[in-house]
Amino acid sequence: MANFYTDNPDLKHHLNHPLMQKIVELKERNFSDAEKFDYAPRNFEDAMDNYDKVLEIVGDLCGGLIAENAEGVDHQGASCADGRAIYADGTVVNLDACRKAGLMGMSMPRRFGGLNFPITPYIMAADIVSRADTGFENLWGLQDCAETIYEFADEDQKARFIPRVCEGETMSMDLTEPDAGSDLQSVMLKATQDEDGTWRLNGVKRFITNGDSDIHLVLARSEEGTKDGRGLSMFIYDKRDGGVNVRRIENKMGIKGSPTCELVYKNAKAELCGNRRLGLIKYVMALMNGARLGIAAQSVGVSELAYREALAYAKDRKQFGKAIIEFPAVAEMISVMKAKLDASRALLYECSRFVDMYKLYEDIAKERSLTADERAEMKHYSKLADALTPMAKGMGSEYCNQNAYDCIQVHGGSGFMKDYACERLYRDARITSIYEGTTQLQVVAAIRHVTTGTYKALIDSYAAQEVKAELQPLKDNLAAMTEQYVKAVAAVAEVNDSTYTDFMARRMVEMAGNIVMGYLLLSDANRNESFVKSATVYNKLAQAEVTKHADFIANFNPSQLDFYKA
Amino acid sequence: MSLNIIVLAKQVPDTRNVGKDAMKEDGTINRAALPAIFNPEDLNALEQALRIKDENPGSKVTLLTMGLPRASEIIREAIFRGADAGIVLTDRTLGGADTLATSYSLAQAVKKFGNYDIILGGRQAIDGDTAQVGPQIAEKLGIPQVTYAEEILGINDGKVTVRRRLEHGVETVVAPLPCVVTVNGSAADCRPRNARRLMKYKYAVSTSEKAKLSAEDQAFVDARPYLNIEEWSAAFVEADPEQIGLAGSPTKVKAIENVVFTAKESRRLENNDEQIEDLIKELITNHTIG
Repeated sequence: MANFYTDNPDLKHHLNHPLMQKIVELKERNFSDAEKFDYAPRNFEDAMDNYDKVLEIVGDLCGGLIAENAEGVDHQGASCADGRAIYADGTVVNLDACRKAGLMGMSMPRRFGGLNFPITPYIMAADIVSRADTGFENLWGLQDCAETIYEFADEDQKARFIPRVCEGETMSMDLTEPDAGSDLQSVMLKATQDEDGTWRLNGVKRFITNGDSDIHLVLARSEEGTKDGRGLSMFIYDKRDGGVNVRRIENKMGIKGSPTCELVYKNAKAELCGNRRLGLIKYVMALMNGARLGIAAQSVGVSELAYREALAYAKDRKQFGKAIIEFPAVAEMISVMKAKLDASRALLYECSRFVDMYKLYEDIAKERSLTADERAEMKHYSKLADALTPMAKGMGSEYCNQNAYDCIQVHGGSGFMKDYACERLYRDARITSIYEGTTQLQVVAAIRHVTTGTYKALIDSYAAQEVKAELQPLKDNLAAMTEQYVKAVAAVAEVNDSTYTDFMARRMVEMAGNIVMGYLLLSDANRNESFVKSATVYNKLAQAEVTKHADFIANFNPSQLDFYKA
Repeated sequence: MSLNIIVLAKQVPDTRNVGKDAMKEDGTINRAALPAIFNPEDLNALEQALRIKDENPGSKVTLLTMGLPRASEIIREAIFRGADAGIVLTDRTLGGADTLATSYSLAQAVKKFGNYDIILGGRQAIDGDTAQVGPQIAEKLGIPQVTYAEEILGINDGKVTVRRRLEHGVETVVAPLPCVVTVNGSAADCRPRNARRLMKYKYAVSTSEKAKLSAEDQAFVDARPYLNIEEWSAAFVEADPEQIGLAGSPTKVKAIENVVFTAKESRRLENNDEQIEDLIKELITNHTIG
């Protein structure tokens, strides 16, 4: 049986990144838990060995049971009866196995029953689970909502809810409504207080992933008469209390095992999480950043599967007397798929490490005041995480879709039939560039890091790193691309028109992304020879992409913008 | 009710993926070419034991294995999946044992262990495929045996209810405790390793493994009794030297030969329903399938 962790040495390469030393030391507070918990690590090597061995469990479960169940889950799908969502049989088995394996609440502290893993190995598990069953990754990955409870709920709530998540109860984030999708400021679900102070929820939510979960985070309007985001608060709804029913579930193109629910709240008892009015502007923003990183991981997992399915078929399928991978047109497709996969994965883990760094300082700041250096470092990584999260989600999900498309193309006519996994992953891939904010909205979140220079500063820090002599030509190319990028950004800035900046935003964000990923792969190649191929292929791809966008911007007359108006 | 459960398990060469180099020229097994694994049906037995434990909190699952000192690997594996402890019965004098000597040695170990409620084991090991050891242990202990178990349905009032998988159906039987139950490969798969247990027990070592550790690591293990895997010798279980190992094994291997399948009886069918149906009927008639 396959093990999706050990059969993919790229994962271990990313797990063993030099920055992990610092992350682990911060996460384990100098390994003080070893005195209190028999499963806490003694030192850095011990902790890394734990991540490695636990990821092996994840890989084993995913390469065996979960991957084997994926087709059946896709065919059966989730269903709805008597106000409840019902998982496919395979999903129930998968969840039970994950609970028994203790893979819930992975990043939660040990005092609440979690494994106390940093975000990075947790995200790696998400990457692996997604390769096995993308829809299941949603259900399993919603454990991430516990992070929001940990960060913002009070001690009593943490002690009541987080251990339940670590034991395997599932979560959901109830944000979207019929008239509030990307624009969450319009959320209408009503939260009112009884005379004794108990909060009650009334209204409808739509498109809620795993909406019949055990513990819900709900965005609701607590301030009567308000119309914007400042009237919204975050609530915790416990299914044990009742009051929320599933009216219907969506019939979707893909991720069919993950029930997408329409929920009706009828006087449902709930409790406030954190402070009133901060629901959207603070908590949902934090929640979404975590969720976006999760989708970036999900995208990489699908990309991995697409690449492997395409590669296996291209080696196996013979035409004109030889395997089709022997033909340059097919070989190029496969190489580019691998390069996009490696690039998006490199970006994913760079981003997850940055998230780890700033979140760890934030967490430590609850216990003691940070030194000036620590505060500066926290701010530095927080900004970088904020810049790379939309880039990793946006570009990673687009690459995932491109790889799913090419996977079918490599399969030819067979890929259009329902006989191969590629048609399922093609359908599953499609949502990644839509939910938790479309690619277009990721660009909206990312563009300020183009205009304020976050990306440029990060690129400069990469450029300052030495590489082996044989990799220098790739680095020179990246330096030239950076010049093109700087010039394009300056040209757009010169027009000084926000509509024009919005129009060019995706091009500029993608240029920055191409260069960032180019440098990350260069660094991977410098550390590990097996990445030289992808670093080179991606370098060529990035060069062509950056030049295309640079030319478009250089040759565009702002007055032509009118032709693009609907 | 809390129960004391013994799971008999064996570390075996992985004969499921046998390559060309699986046998040496002299006809013996080339163990270097075959990775040592947890005998698959013993994992099915472990799962049944863990389910009994889930149903009866406070129960204890102990893995008992006879083999080389490295068999502690499957003890750790079982502990990661939920077993509480393990014992390796290991001794040079136990080597070369056939099923009679093996069942005697294990029965002695079970007697030494004492105070058990139920013994579970896989139906058979994939290296010998005899399915004799479990039943022989029951005979030697003078307790009932239930073979080909597919599911343990419950334990009540000192009796175990077991669903057995037979050739043409299933049978549900009740047996008084203590008894031996051998579990079929068609039973539920074993649960995965548990992350917390793995992190807690990954440094668990047998007595002989501990001896090879640094003083610092030995102290670490000594401070944590749960990290110690017991090793028992033939003398410790009071085994009669005449009845163990090669001396106690009446089975003598006369010769081992490779079986070469030839395709001399191949037949070509046309791709139509009629011919396929005829073939199916023929195969059912001669009991090849069905």
